[in-house]
Amino acid sequence: MLRVESLTKTYATGDKALNGVSFDVPPGEVVGLIGPSGSGKSTLIRGINRLVEPSSGRVLLNDSDITRLGRSELQRARRRMGMIFQEYALVERLTVMENVLSGRLGYVSFWRSLFRRFPQRDVDKAFALLARVGLTEQTDKRASALSGGQRQRVGIARALEQDPELLLVDEPTASLDPKTARQIMRLICEVCREQALPAIISLHDVLLAKMFVDRIIGLRAGEIVFDGPPAKLDTSILTEIYGEEDWTEIHDDGHEEAHAPELSHEERMAGLT
Amino acid sequence: MPVTTINGHVLWQRRTAAEQWAAWAGWLALAVLFVFCWQVMNKNTMWVFVEDAPRQAADLFARAWPPRWSYLDRLWGPLWDTINIATLGTMLGIVLATPVAFLAARNTTPSAAFIRPAALLVIVASRSINSLIWALLLVAIIGPGLLAGIIAIALRSIGFIGKLLYEAIEEIDETQVEAVSATGASNWQVMDYAVVPQILPAFAGISVFRWDINIRESTILGLVGAGGIGVQLQSSLARLAWAEVTVIFIVILVTVFVSEWVSAKVRAAII
Amino acid sequence: MSDAATQPRSWRRPPLIGNAWLRWAIIAGALVYLVAALSTIEVNWERVSQGLTQGWRFIEGFLAPDFTSRSRDIWRGMEESLTMTVTSTIVGCLISIPIGLGAARNIAPLPVYAVCRAIIAVSRSLQEIIIAILFVAMFGFGPFAGFLTLSFATIGFMAKLLAEDIEDIDETQAEAIRATGASWWQVVNYGIQPQVVPRLIGLSFYRLDINFRESAVIGIVGAGGIGATLNTAMQRYEYSTAGALLIMIIAIVLVAEYLSSLLRKWVQ
Repeated sequence: MLRVESLTKTYATGDKALNGVSFDVPPGEVVGLIGPSGSGKSTLIRGINRLVEPSSGRVLLNDSDITRLGRSELQRARRRMGMIFQEYALVERLTVMENVLSGRLGYVSFWRSLFRRFPQRDVDKAFALLARVGLTEQTDKRASALSGGQRQRVGIARALEQDPELLLVDEPTASLDPKTARQIMRLICEVCREQALPAIISLHDVLLAKMFVDRIIGLRAGEIVFDGPPAKLDTSILTEIYGEEDWTEIHDDGHEEAHAPELSHEERMAGLT
Repeated sequence: MPVTTINGHVLWQRRTAAEQWAAWAGWLALAVLFVFCWQVMNKNTMWVFVEDAPRQAADLFARAWPPRWSYLDRLWGPLWDTINIATLGTMLGIVLATPVAFLAARNTTPSAAFIRPAALLVIVASRSINSLIWALLLVAIIGPGLLAGIIAIALRSIGFIGKLLYEAIEEIDETQVEAVSATGASNWQVMDYAVVPQILPAFAGISVFRWDINIRESTILGLVGAGGIGVQLQSSLARLAWAEVTVIFIVILVTVFVSEWVSAKVRAAII
Repeated sequence: MSDAATQPRSWRRPPLIGNAWLRWAIIAGALVYLVAALSTIEVNWERVSQGLTQGWRFIEGFLAPDFTSRSRDIWRGMEESLTMTVTSTIVGCLISIPIGLGAARNIAPLPVYAVCRAIIAVSRSLQEIIIAILFVAMFGFGPFAGFLTLSFATIGFMAKLLAEDIEDIDETQAEAIRATGASWWQVVNYGIQPQVVPRLIGLSFYRLDINFRESAVIGIVGAGGIGATLNTAMQRYEYSTAGALLIMIIAIVLVAEYLSSLLRKWVQ
């Protein structure tokens, strides 16, 4: 499905943000990417769809090498990868619907997109997605009029509108309060499971990662230091990733969280309406 | 720290002695520059005329008042022309300035090494030459009339609109651009969906602001023959008909006030 | 909500103006105006085609500027323009300081405020050219009238911006100084001056630049400076001299802008 082979990124300043990162993501797997700030999480995610140009290494999406594509081929490859951003990155002055439909830009001609005449299929899909993320009422509001959680829902709908084969998610919860953060993470993981969609989610919150994802990759200084199921992520590994700190409290917290999904069914419904 | 101890007392001064001297020297240099410029400038000034000025002013005022209101009837046509020069000139200026702004903005220019400096030069050249000088050139080239005025206004507006617009383009939020390009959109689609929505309010505000300035400028273009109410002003001045000049000044003032009010209202509504 | 999810629904971008009547009225009004305005332009195409050859000669003159044959006139015009710019900026800025203080609502009493605001309004609403016409009529031709014109225009510009700056200051700083029992002058000196002086200096350099550009224009109505030289050159169809003058104006404005940006960085 997605294969990253010894991906390396050296910035013009000489800083090595990524150093020989390799891993595979099979269909339908949700991978959490953790590591301290500056460990290369964001660069790795942006290196996959080449918002950051990798220095060397390969990215294979269904056997086509993305790092070798020309400009227009890259545009075609990008429509297959939906991306969700840290600060939502919605176009603030466009309506919610326009933001969602912008997910189809790679598929429609310039003139259609200029006059906002998208094919009925795309519009239907956008309405269905807005209903799925619970924003039907907000269709014609400007993105700037929404709350943080609502904006990130629009971001999710925009990524899904692309009919992606892969979701790239960069710190989706960094600017949200803890409750909304969980609702958003739950929503992302649910849609991934519904559609057997693989995803790579970078997270600064280890707890959230352990709660929701199937597999965790730990980065430190641009290199992979852990790759395995969340259950195997113990104190010694966290110390290796983040450095010396008292991890027991987090573990206790994590323990409580293990029961949380059963308790929060109502909360989940509340979050979607 | 300019703190010194003299005879056991701690003395504090705002500046050190050297700084103090530098400040005084700066002021002195400014004064010398002023006196020198004043001397050079007034080499040929006839001070008799300057001394005579109060009498001249009184004489002028006596001849200018009361305004000859009947002249107003012949001003409506030229006033309409003036407004058209400003409006059409602003529109043409917007059309010409927008591509220049995109070529001059660091984040949208196709080539930072060649095209950007060229676009910046266009902006500076347009900004440094007043619309009246543009009109002077154009009247010589295409003859007197509205067209010369419209083009003069447009040429002067390129620099103003271009400069403010390219600064607005450079200030946009790049993450929105990144997000739209991540969907696989083409460059033109990124422009349409990520760049244009962000600069639209600034664009509208700048255009209305320039329109307001252009109304002001178009009132005097007629002095060099580029149409509008200035043509009337020129002929009244030539005939020393100061009572008519007064009427024209009043009409210009009212027009400028109205356009300023309209522009302020529209800008407040947009932002 | 289930309807929305299942049934096909068309979507259109919501229009900028919600009310359809108002929207169409505005569009129709704009179209009518455009047609009416365009129809007032009378173009004498014969004259324009003649003019194009002239225009070409002008471009040639611009590309091959002639600095020498009228160098006396050019030099004199430049001298007048530059000296006029410097003196009027200095005088205008000095006079604008008391008026700017008086026009700031937070430190001036109401009668003073009204008078100062009135001076600013008069100075700003009159075009430089119009003022120049009046001053030339009163004081005779030459750069002295130009100097008065530019000083007058500088007062309105600087005083307005200074007053706005003072109205925008951090009031708590001024309040703290007032709380020490300082007099009005001391409040201005300690609480306000430090906050506005850097920007004031930056603005005066900006105004120096504007005054130079304006000095190139007011000569057309007889107030001295490079504009008079340019006007004469155009009337004599000496396009290469006119081109040389324009190049000099652009170059000086470029240099002035660059220097003032350097100075502003240094001051702030």
